[in-house]
Amino acid sequence: MKTLEEFVALFAEQFDDTDASEITAATEFKDLDEWSSLIALSIIAMADEEFDVALKGADVRDASTVEDLYKVICGKM
Amino acid sequence: MSYNPFSLEGKTVLVTGASSGIGKATAILCSKLGASVIITARNEERLKDTVSQLEGNNNKIVVADLSGTEGINQLINEVNELDGLVNNAGINKILPIQFVDEHELMNTMQINALSPILLTQGLIKKKRIRKGGAIVFVSSIAGHTRSSVGNSMYCASKGTITGFMKCISKELVIKKIRCNEVLPGQVDTPIMSQGAVTEEQMTALAAHIPMKRLGNPEEIAAGIVFLLSDAASYITGSSLIIDGGLSL
Repeated sequence: MKTLEEFVALFAEQFDDTDASEITAATEFKDLDEWSSLIALSIIAMADEEFDVALKGADVRDASTVEDLYKVICGKM
Repeated sequence: MSYNPFSLEGKTVLVTGASSGIGKATAILCSKLGASVIITARNEERLKDTVSQLEGNNNKIVVADLSGTEGINQLINEVNELDGLVNNAGINKILPIQFVDEHELMNTMQINALSPILLTQGLIKKKRIRKGGAIVFVSSIAGHTRSSVGNSMYCASKGTITGFMKCISKELVIKKIRCNEVLPGQVDTPIMSQGAVTEEQMTALAAHIPMKRLGNPEEIAAGIVFLLSDAASYITGSSLIIDGGLSL
């Protein structure tokens, strides 16, 4: 099981123009300028690849911070 | 009986992926227009549900997994002469390009492109499609007129189908078999509701369609049935867009 810190790093990897230092567990990710539906799809694909968890679009929609999403993934494992 | 060039009376039509969505709607409409329908898919329970909704008594179920040669050959051996073939079975896995891997790519290409090609090839080789028959592929506007992000494998597979269709439509003229495809836009089917896209996103998507709504499977089936019928007797190698104006 990956730690919250590892998840935050994987989450930040999905961005191209946003510096990883801008993304922490408490970041409200949908407020980031670069956030898009494509990045949402990338987060879902990353959760599948790294955690073997099938996130729904609604899970991403309902989460506010990066940590919220990590908890959803933990709940599905 | 009054003249009806859209009738499928006396024809036998094979529909793949007939347990849900566009395939199911096509099978039902073919039967209503008088065809005997052979439906195939992997799931026997759902096929039984489809067959229970078909008109007439000459319909048949073939449970087959078309993701491999064994299932394709089994299906070819279980059908007799056909007047129509609807290559509909398909999957859609949404993955941004950096997450595409060989396994997922091969799976999508196999089910959406290679299996329909091999099924068509086998049926032609065994002369299972009569003169005057018609083949219809269910492709997509995806990869043709409009793409959505995360859809690269699906677009590649549907583009493959179009290239194949255009070539064999020319080859099959000599056998008096027509070959066409429909290109649906966004249709309300189970393939669309796997969860990666939220209901809000679907609503937003519908707002971009000139007709302001998703298509129904029955509206795609109507185009397929037209291309199967004698009303389309001079149409071969064509791509019929059915998308509520989304490509415009």
